[in-house]
Amino acid sequence: MSALLLVLLLLPLAGALAVAGVSRGGGESAAKGLALGVSLVELVGVAVLWASYSTADAANGVRLQGTLSVDWIPTFGAHFALGVDGVALVMVSLIGLLVPIVLGYSWTPGSTEGELPAGRSSAGFFALVLVLESAMVGVFLATDVFLFYVFFEVMLVPMYFLIGRFGGARRQFAAIKFFLYSLLGGLVMLAAVIGLYVSGAKARGALGGTFDWRELVAVAPQIPHTTQVWLFLGFFLAFAIKAPLVPLHTWLPDSGAEAPIGAGVLLVGVLDKVGTYGFLRYCLPLFPDASRTLAPLVLVMAVVGVVYGALLAVGQSDMKRFVAYTSIAHFGFIALGVFAFTTQSGTGAVLYMLNHGIATALLLLVVGMIVKRGRSRRVSDYRGMARSTPVLAGLFLIAGLSALALPGTNSFVSEFLVLLGSYPTRPAYAIVATVGIVFAALYVLWMYQRVMQGPEGGAALVAAKAEGRLVDVTRLEVAVLAPLVALTLLLGFYPKPVLDVITPSVTATLTELGAPRGDPIPATAEEGTR
Amino acid sequence: MDVFASSVLAEGPIRAVAASGGLAGTAWLLVVLPSLGAAVLLLGGRRTDRWGHWLGTATVAAAFVYGLLLFTDARSLAPADRVRDVRLFSWMDVGSLRLDLGMRIDPLSLTFVLLITGVGLLIHMYSVGYMGHDGASRKFFAYLNLFVAAMLVLVLGDGFVSLYLGWEGVGLASYLLIGFWQDRPAAATAAKKAFLMNRVGDVGLLLGIFLLWTKLGTVSYAGVFAGIGGLGAAEPGTVTAITLLLLLGAAGKSGQFPLQAWLPDAMEGPTPVSALIHAATMVTAGVYLIARSNPIYALSADGRLVVVVIGTVTLVIGSVIGCAYDDIKKVLAYSTVSQIGYMVLAAGLGPAGYALAIAHLLAHGFFKAGLFLGAGSVMHGMGDETDMRRLGGLWRLMPVTFATFGLGYLAIIGFPFLSGYFTKDAIIEAAFSQPGWRGWVFGGAALLAAGLTAFYMTRLMVMTFFGERRWADLRDAEGNAYHPHESPLSMTVPMVVLAVGSVFSGFLLTQGQRLAGWLTPSLGELVETHELSPVPVAAVAVGTLVASALGVALAWLLVARRPVPVQRPQRVSALVGAARADLYANAVNEVLIARPGTWLARALVFVDNRGVDGLVTGSAAALGGSSARLRRLQTGFVRSYALGMLGGTVVVVAALLLVGTA
Repeated sequence: MSALLLVLLLLPLAGALAVAGVSRGGGESAAKGLALGVSLVELVGVAVLWASYSTADAANGVRLQGTLSVDWIPTFGAHFALGVDGVALVMVSLIGLLVPIVLGYSWTPGSTEGELPAGRSSAGFFALVLVLESAMVGVFLATDVFLFYVFFEVMLVPMYFLIGRFGGARRQFAAIKFFLYSLLGGLVMLAAVIGLYVSGAKARGALGGTFDWRELVAVAPQIPHTTQVWLFLGFFLAFAIKAPLVPLHTWLPDSGAEAPIGAGVLLVGVLDKVGTYGFLRYCLPLFPDASRTLAPLVLVMAVVGVVYGALLAVGQSDMKRFVAYTSIAHFGFIALGVFAFTTQSGTGAVLYMLNHGIATALLLLVVGMIVKRGRSRRVSDYRGMARSTPVLAGLFLIAGLSALALPGTNSFVSEFLVLLGSYPTRPAYAIVATVGIVFAALYVLWMYQRVMQGPEGGAALVAAKAEGRLVDVTRLEVAVLAPLVALTLLLGFYPKPVLDVITPSVTATLTELGAPRGDPIPATAEEGTR
Repeated sequence: MDVFASSVLAEGPIRAVAASGGLAGTAWLLVVLPSLGAAVLLLGGRRTDRWGHWLGTATVAAAFVYGLLLFTDARSLAPADRVRDVRLFSWMDVGSLRLDLGMRIDPLSLTFVLLITGVGLLIHMYSVGYMGHDGASRKFFAYLNLFVAAMLVLVLGDGFVSLYLGWEGVGLASYLLIGFWQDRPAAATAAKKAFLMNRVGDVGLLLGIFLLWTKLGTVSYAGVFAGIGGLGAAEPGTVTAITLLLLLGAAGKSGQFPLQAWLPDAMEGPTPVSALIHAATMVTAGVYLIARSNPIYALSADGRLVVVVIGTVTLVIGSVIGCAYDDIKKVLAYSTVSQIGYMVLAAGLGPAGYALAIAHLLAHGFFKAGLFLGAGSVMHGMGDETDMRRLGGLWRLMPVTFATFGLGYLAIIGFPFLSGYFTKDAIIEAAFSQPGWRGWVFGGAALLAAGLTAFYMTRLMVMTFFGERRWADLRDAEGNAYHPHESPLSMTVPMVVLAVGSVFSGFLLTQGQRLAGWLTPSLGELVETHELSPVPVAAVAVGTLVASALGVALAWLLVARRPVPVQRPQRVSALVGAARADLYANAVNEVLIARPGTWLARALVFVDNRGVDGLVTGSAAALGGSSARLRRLQTGFVRSYALGMLGGTVVVVAALLLVGTA
């Protein structure tokens, strides 16, 4: 399995180099085809990884599977160490799923407004996406804190270029803002990483310093409380910028609005999840005392985000910014689940990370298809679009229903688990977040009403119709969206395979955290009826 | 002291049935059949245009037949064995949470199955004629099938989360069908409003589920009902909280005060939808929820009292507003609000009322669906006209519609020996049979509303079918003359069937407490408390008849004995003005929620762009000296990055050394 991890990490990077070579040779279509092929092979690799991951071992206390560790910088104990647990597996699967979809969507360039511009070589875009894929896989597979940090920073570079080169009108501004925010978080985290090394070395005594995640987790409880708090805050700042929690969120609407749709999907769908993944993988096990002490702070930010993001989504007049703000609300739910410290809420949060990736990809891609036709992101430029594009309207509605977590869609399972799991330990926060479901219904249905319902009209729509651009979904677009729609329904009714993978790792995390478990225990009488 | 404290249901052991075993084991077919219909119609596209509506109807017919088989199967069992849980598959298993998708096959759910599939079948048939001219009728039948499937999930679920799946599923179907003519802004707005107000109720239902899970560690009916007794003994306040949260959910779905304002707007949907979803089935889900949760409500007298109060307030509100509207569908909608108020009132009475609530629910399913289909038939013949002031004298031109509508009318006003006479009067009598002031207040309100019901229904009947043919001199919205005509057979046959049901269902259901006996395994014995009534029950029965007769007579004097002006009179009393304005429910929502909400959203967008973002961007700029220097940063990134790393490192190491030495 460890060889497979290495392949998954390096294959997209090698693919990117090959794509760059082929496109220099002049064949843009060939280059794009190669990139798509590589991403599909990666997806197969992910499927193999999924098949070979043992939930039984995980339940029996094997924390990481497929581990591999090579000395990297021996002077300060940094290793090139990879491994996978249930949470990382889910995230790597999401990457494997979304990259081919993004590439398929970006196959035919659009015109303006954050669509992949027609003028530029899209082979460059395809190659950058593959580089990004490698970096993101690395972030989730790294089991050495220093290696994680390196991937965490490296990941920014392809995304910076994806936004800055291929984005909408204000792409330069958005890219810089994205980079500056991430830079700030990264710097503070680097300081905390070094601080962790120092305190780890102190706690390990004769064993000396290390960056190995498992070794550090083992000694984590011995780090003094005050130190833990500072180090927690260092990591937390970086993660809270990445998975934007209010008030650190303001870079996301700009980046989300200006990024080309494909990059936006990977940005909001996967890259931002590094933040919530970081909470779970690094903050909780490495700084258990601090996590418990500071949980109320995070919870406040989380539920404020749920309500605040939703209200701002209601008020948006730009469709892509709208998607960004819905995501801010959803990240609030995830953070609530992580910091409510029950098995159900934590598992729900991880499932939420997967489901939000699927739901947001669907929503953003549909928005992209609308923008591609109307060449405008402004909501008021559209009215009554469903009349001419009924299938696209239906897909928009499905995406919206998943965003508002309707039962039967995948998002419901995760949102329900987060709220249900948070209630026993954090009832007040859970109640506020539950009220958020009304706002979610409001922003989704109002957006749908403004764009799709009513009599046909709106400047962009009329122009598109006059120029014959107002066609319903194409075959390629159906092929791109179909897997997402299928997963939306499938995971809505049968999430068990994914839950079985996630739960043991969340349980292990909570054990490392050492918090008193808040899970309610059913009366034994009921167990007998099963 | 609570008179029912002793009658707490002893929930017997539930017989679990293996998913493969027996007829009940394949009951999931009930849900799968209409779902398949919906899927084929939605995915099949135009290819299904020619036969799609028949497929939709056939799947519901098959479900109805299957429901009948299950019903006979259950009848063949001993009453104690009639409650069965069928586990289908694991939905969410996480740690100590064991959440299955499963079905509870018991008298209560089977009763609803027959109502949903039976009325659903009739309305599918009716829609074949009614929606025949609509280009998108395929989509209409798909949504209708989706609704039937979701509603069956709601009533068949074996726990609160399975119920919630169907609960929001019917909300979606209702949203899609209210907004079916989505080109009309009013329809789109009404659809959104319905979904949102339902979601407010859903928050209550969800929080109730969370509370149950927190306290009992389970959310299945079997587990909750087994454990709730212990919880009630230990924490009575918690149980009351649960009952109130569930009631909030029920109020949203059933259009009860204070969440009633969406239901009249829902009349923007096609009329068969109003008949099936917004009269006969979906809006009664709240009553189902309360009846289903009877072991919980049994433990909280306060919770039950609030249920009764909500039901009473709603039945008065609905019947008052119903008197003021001129739109035939809106009058029927407020009538529905009011009639469901009766059911909720009955359900709040506890064991004295559950069976009465369900009996009225079934009878109402017949007569109100029939009334709506009749209204649809009138609209069909009158170029979609709904303003009763423009109707009149139609009885001779639409004899079948008139006859069936007339029977429904007699049934709802409680004409002797028709269904409303048995089911509504029983509720009024039970409302009087409460200790102390309660009997007077609740019984009196229910009696008053019975008179108002007779008034507004007579007014509707007279304005539509009797009097002058006011439409003769008028033109419809497109400037054409009206050509009223009787509807085709596909529409009149379902109306006739429902009219027959309106006449006989009340007698058949209540005769010898037949329905109450059948429901006993699910709801417990029907307890009669007539001895508590401050006045003899016979006097209440007579009083109800008198009140209804007065309502009829008053309406006759006001509407039939004088010409009806085509233009709505503008100079009216304050009460009529208030009733026309929905007793200001929408105005209150607008002032308290919608407008502040819009302002808040706008203000937050402003603050987020200028404030939060401005603060961050501004401080970044200040840090860099000026925005110009900030822009220059991008050229020398690597260098400044390295510098920043170094700076950060120094800071943290210094901080650590400080902490370490302290």
